[in-house]
Amino acid sequence: MNAESTETVTPDTTLTVTTPSDREITLTRVFDAPRRLVFEAWTRTEHVPHWYGCASMKMLVCEIDLRPGGAWRYVLSQPEGGEFGMHGVYREVAAPDRLVYTEVFEAFPDHEALVTMILEEQDGKTKMTATSLYESVEVRDAVIASGMESGAAESLNRLAERVETMK
Amino acid sequence: MPHDPLSTTLAALADPTRRAILARLALGETSVTELARPFEMSLPAVSKHLKVLERAGLIARGREAQWRPCRLEAKPLQDVAAWVEPYRRFWEESFERLDDYLKDLQSKEKADER
Repeated sequence: MNAESTETVTPDTTLTVTTPSDREITLTRVFDAPRRLVFEAWTRTEHVPHWYGCASMKMLVCEIDLRPGGAWRYVLSQPEGGEFGMHGVYREVAAPDRLVYTEVFEAFPDHEALVTMILEEQDGKTKMTATSLYESVEVRDAVIASGMESGAAESLNRLAERVETMK
Repeated sequence: MPHDPLSTTLAALADPTRRAILARLALGETSVTELARPFEMSLPAVSKHLKVLERAGLIARGREAQWRPCRLEAKPLQDVAAWVEPYRRFWEESFERLDDYLKDLQSKEKADER
């Protein structure tokens, strides 16, 4: 061991997106903070709007009732105009290591995903694993394809407008 | 099970041995014998994996040489990446902002302790 190895190493914060089964998407990411803080940042209205979504989006609504059976709802503005919302209900709240909740993208109101977020702490760093379980492979694929970024309807409207002007 | 090309690619990728084979092929084309070496597996077992990968269009087998070299085909992998990309970008950007925010929270906590 040399002297340098005793210094704090920068953790590998690469985001991993995997599809462990037909109906699941798993996000894995390491944060350089204790899990107590990561859990708070995920579950408190005073924190979530500071980071949730791309920088070009604005969080218009952030409601969290953090208890089993409690509801949550987020609405984000899109850079190109329009907004998209999502909501759900907390199923398990076990700070600071486990959170289970349902999630409905308001663009696909009939389809609910079950999200299980697990936080593991090691040497002051936190590994987050969030798995979304969808009811079918089609719904999962639709969520990924829509990219959460531009509501599919929004894009289609724009395309329609565009085609209209090209006539 | 739907049989669109993307689903076929994802099914082929849902196996660690097949992913390892692709990782090896990313370094350049090689023979089946060479591919089997790092795995404790019979040649027929490896051939089976190669067939799945070939059907998904992830690899191609040469016809020109006796040893039928395997090589990686980039297109299906690019399709998978393009499909996941906007989703990944949303979360990547969120988590980068979360990194900064957690740093702020931690320094605030330290300041409060003083």
